[in-house]
Amino acid sequence: MKFGVVVFPGTNCDLDCHHVLGTVFGQAVDYVWHRQTDLSAYDCLVIAGGFSYGDFLRAGAIARFSPVMRSVERFAADGGLVMGICNGFQVLTEAGLLPGALMPNDCLQFRCQWVNVRVDNARTPFTSACQQGEVLRIPINHYEGRYFADEEQLADMEANDQVVLRYCAADGSLTADSNPNGSLRHIAGVCNREGNVFGLMPHPERASEEVLGSTDGARIFASLLHSLERRGRAALAGGER
Amino acid sequence: MIDQSLLDEMALTTQEYLLIVRLLGRTPTLVELGLFGALWSEHCGYKNSKPLLKRFPTSAPWVLQGPGENAGVVDIGDGLAIVFKIESHNHPSAVEPYQGAATGVGGIVRDIFTMGARPIASLNSLRFGPLTQARNRYLLGGVVGGIAGYGNCIGVPTVGGEVCFDEAYTNNPLVNAMSVGLIRAEDVITARASGPGNLLLLVGADTGRDGIHGCSGLASRELSDETAEQRPTVQVGNPFLEKCLIEACLELRQSEYVVGMQDLGAAGITSSFVEAASRGGVGVELDIRRVPRREENMTPYEVMLSESQERMLVVVKKGFEDKVKAVFERWDLHSDVVGFVTDDARVRVRDGQEVVADVPVEALMEPPTYVREGVESAVVRERRERDLSQLPLPKDGNAVLLRLLASPTIASKEWVYRQYDHMNMTNTLLAPGAADAAVLRIKGTEKAIALCTDGNGRYGYLDPHRGGAIAVAEAFRNLACVGARPLAITNCLNFGNPEKAEIYFQLSEAIDGMAETCRHFGVPVVSGNVSLYNETRGEAVLPTPVVGALGLLEQAERRTGQGFRREGDLIVILGPLGQELGGSEYLCLEQGEIVGQPPLLDLRLEAGVQECCRQAVVEGLAHSAHDCSEGGLAVALAESCLAGGLGARCEVPAEGRWDGQLFGESQSRILLSLAAADLPRLTEIAERLDVPLRLLGQVGGGRLVIDPWIDLPLSELDDAWRHAIPRLLAGSQGS
Repeated sequence: MKFGVVVFPGTNCDLDCHHVLGTVFGQAVDYVWHRQTDLSAYDCLVIAGGFSYGDFLRAGAIARFSPVMRSVERFAADGGLVMGICNGFQVLTEAGLLPGALMPNDCLQFRCQWVNVRVDNARTPFTSACQQGEVLRIPINHYEGRYFADEEQLADMEANDQVVLRYCAADGSLTADSNPNGSLRHIAGVCNREGNVFGLMPHPERASEEVLGSTDGARIFASLLHSLERRGRAALAGGER
Repeated sequence: MIDQSLLDEMALTTQEYLLIVRLLGRTPTLVELGLFGALWSEHCGYKNSKPLLKRFPTSAPWVLQGPGENAGVVDIGDGLAIVFKIESHNHPSAVEPYQGAATGVGGIVRDIFTMGARPIASLNSLRFGPLTQARNRYLLGGVVGGIAGYGNCIGVPTVGGEVCFDEAYTNNPLVNAMSVGLIRAEDVITARASGPGNLLLLVGADTGRDGIHGCSGLASRELSDETAEQRPTVQVGNPFLEKCLIEACLELRQSEYVVGMQDLGAAGITSSFVEAASRGGVGVELDIRRVPRREENMTPYEVMLSESQERMLVVVKKGFEDKVKAVFERWDLHSDVVGFVTDDARVRVRDGQEVVADVPVEALMEPPTYVREGVESAVVRERRERDLSQLPLPKDGNAVLLRLLASPTIASKEWVYRQYDHMNMTNTLLAPGAADAAVLRIKGTEKAIALCTDGNGRYGYLDPHRGGAIAVAEAFRNLACVGARPLAITNCLNFGNPEKAEIYFQLSEAIDGMAETCRHFGVPVVSGNVSLYNETRGEAVLPTPVVGALGLLEQAERRTGQGFRREGDLIVILGPLGQELGGSEYLCLEQGEIVGQPPLLDLRLEAGVQECCRQAVVEGLAHSAHDCSEGGLAVALAESCLAGGLGARCEVPAEGRWDGQLFGESQSRILLSLAAADLPRLTEIAERLDVPLRLLGQVGGGRLVIDPWIDLPLSELDDAWRHAIPRLLAGSQGS
C-alpha cells in the first residue's frame, strides 16, 4: 500500500500529511511533484493544503492546470482514492472532480481555529472508521472555505449522500454559531458521486496525535487505511478466483 | 552636483560627506554616495547604537553564532540548533500597514533560511495607539492582515507574540517580527563570499524601483506629515515567491556548490553584496546590466538601492552555476550570474563597461560611530517621582477588574491570532492564548522549545534601565511558566531620535538594564535589531526594548499552560504579594497618565521564583502557571480562570492599599495551581530556593472571588475580555 502526497509550488501542508501517514501510521509515502504524471505506484493520493501558485487568481485555479492533475483525473476515473485537504479541496473543485466551489469566508478574514464537524456519511472510504452522526473536532485554516453550490446541485448531492461533513456544535446540532465561514448547509466536506474522491476544508493531519489536542483527524486516515486494506483483500480474492 | 539637499536625501551629514571624500581621496560618484548613504544609515550601519550594543553579553557554550550574521544560532542538543532573530518594520507599517507588516515577516524569514534553517515559527510584537481612533484601527487591521497574508502563505506558523496599546504609538506603530528556524548544527551556512573567481548569483524577484531609500529615507528618519507620500517607498511582498525560495534554498544547503547565501533586505544589492564581501574578507565586482529588472530605464543608482523583495544572493563555486540554477529552475525561480568574487577587498560596480562605483569594502562597513551624552528628561523625572499614596481608592473592585479585562492591552487577542495559521507543521503544543509562551515540539526528540516576546514601554518611559531589565526578566519568567529554561534572546530596540540627549539616555540606560539582567541569568543576546527615529512630528514612542526569548524543555511532556485545570486545586503565588502601582495599566486606565516608580526588580528573587516554578512544572506538580504582569494579581487570576473555564475563590490579606495588591504590577510573581497533596513538596522547593510562597485560595465554581474586593461570574469576565477588541474595532466610539 502506498500513498502519494501531491506537491504544487506553494503547497505547505505536505510535510504534515507525510508525517501523519509515514510516521504516525507507518505507511509508505512519497511526495508527488506537480510535474509528475505517472501515478501507477500509488493506491491513494492526498492533495495537501497550502497556497498552490500563491492562490493567484482564485484558490486552486492555477494548480488544476498542472501536469499532475491530468493524471489525477485518470487515477480517479479508474476508481483510485483521492483526498483533497483545504487547498487540495479547492483544487479538486476547480478541476471539476468535486461539485461546488469555495468562496471567501463570510467574515472576510482568514480563520485558523478548532471546529466541530458532523459525519453525515460514514459509508465513504474516507469516513468508514467513523460512526454516522459522530462529531469530530478538527481545526480549519483558510480564507476561502465558504462552500457554495446552486440549489439544484445541492439537492442532487444530498440525494446522493455526497455531503460527508458538516460544521456543527459540539452536540452535533447545526447552529449558526458553529458555521465558521458561511458555508451553505454547513458543508465542510463532500465526495463525488462515485465516493472515491473526497475534499474537506478542515485539516485532519493537524488533529491526528494526542499531543496536538485531538486524534479525531486520525479517524479519517484510519478510514482510508481500512478501505485500502479491504480493497487489497478484495483484489486478492478476485485474483484467486 | 553633490549639494546639501542630496546629502539630506541620503541622510548623510556634511561631516560624513567630508569623511567619505577623505576615505576615497576624491569626490564620490552618485552611485558611491548612494552606497555610503545606505550603509552608513542607522538602520544598516548602527552608527549611534553600535558602541552601546557592545555592552550585551553575546557568548555562552551553547551559542554557535552570535550577532554579526543574519541571525543567531543556538545549540539545543541532539545535533540540532535553533536559528532566530527579531527585526522591526515600524516605519513601512506606519505608511502602508499591510505591505509593511507582510514584508517585515518576509525579511526576517529570509534571514533564517539564508542560514540554511527551515523556518518553523514566527512571533510578532505589535504596538498601536488607542483603538478609539480610526487611524489606529486601520493600522491594526492592516498589520494583522499583512502578517496573516504573508505568514500563512509561506506555511510558517505564527505561534505567539504580543499586542499592546498606548497613545504614544498613535501614527507610529511598532511592528517587530521574529522568526525561528530549525537546522542540523553542522548544516549552518554563513553569509560569506569567499574564493576569488566564485560567482555571484542573484535569485528570485526581478528588481524594480520599490523601496529605494527604505533604510536611509524611511527607517532612519522621523515620520512627518509628508510621510504618507512615501507609500511608494514601501515594498510589496510576494509570499508565494518566498515559499519557493525557502524550498529551493533548503534543497541547496545540501549541495557542495554553494559557498554562502545572503538575502537582500534593507539597501538591497548594496548591503547584501558588501556585507557578504566584508564577512569573507574579499571584494566583489558586479555588472548591474545583468540584474534583471521589472521596470525600464532604471539608473545604476536605483538598481543598487532597490529594496524589491524576495531576492537572494547565492555565492556559487565557479563552474557549478548550472547545477545551482537547475535547482532554482525546478521551483520556477529565475537566477542570473551578476558578478564574481575578487581578491582586492573592493566593491566595483559596472554598468556594462563603465565603472560607476569602486570603493573599499572596509570604508563602507565601518561608518563613523557616535557616542553621545544622554540626559534624563525633567518631565519624566517629575512623573516618576509623583506621590501615588494620596490617589483615591476605587469604589468598586469589580468595575475596575472588568475595565482592565476590556482594556485592549489585556483583553483576549483571539481576534488577532485566529487570523494567523498557528498550527502548520504540527509542532504547536501550546498555542496562542493557552500559555505564557508558545511551546513547539522538536520532532524526533523528546524536547520542545518555548518562545515569547516581551516589552513594556511604560516602564521604559519612567525608568529605561528598569524597563530594559524587566523586559528581559519577564520574558524569562514567561518561559519558566511553561517549564522552559532560557537559552538566548534576540532583541529589537524601538526608540526615538538618538540625536536627542533625552532619547540617547533612554537607549543607553535600557541597554544597560537588559545587559545586566542577561548577565545575571547567564543568557546571551545572539541577534537583534535597532529601530531608532520612531517619532512623529517630534513626539517619540515610549522607549520600548522588545525581547524575543528562546527556552528549552528537555521533556516536551513536562509543560504547563496558564489555565486552571482541576476543581479543588490549590492556588498559590510564588514571590511577594506586592502592591506597586507605578507605571501600571490600572493607573494609566484610571488616571490617564504614566506616572510613578515602575516596579522594582530584585534579580536574585526573580531567578529563584523562576527556578521554583520551572521545577514545579518539570516535576509535574504545577497544573497551571501564569505570570502576574499587566493588570496585576486580579487580572492574572481572571486569565487563569478564563483560559481554563474554571472559577476560583481567593483571599488577599488586608495590607496597605488594596488596589495596589490587586492591580499593581510588582515583579517576580507567578500564580500556580496544584493538587493539595503536592503543596508540601512545592513548599520544600520554595524554601530551598528562598522564595516566598503564599496560599491564595482554591480553583472551582463558576465565579472569581477575591475576598472581599472581587466577586464576579466567569461569564461576565469572559464577555468583557473576549469581545473587547472586536467591539472597539466595530468602531462604535470615537472618530
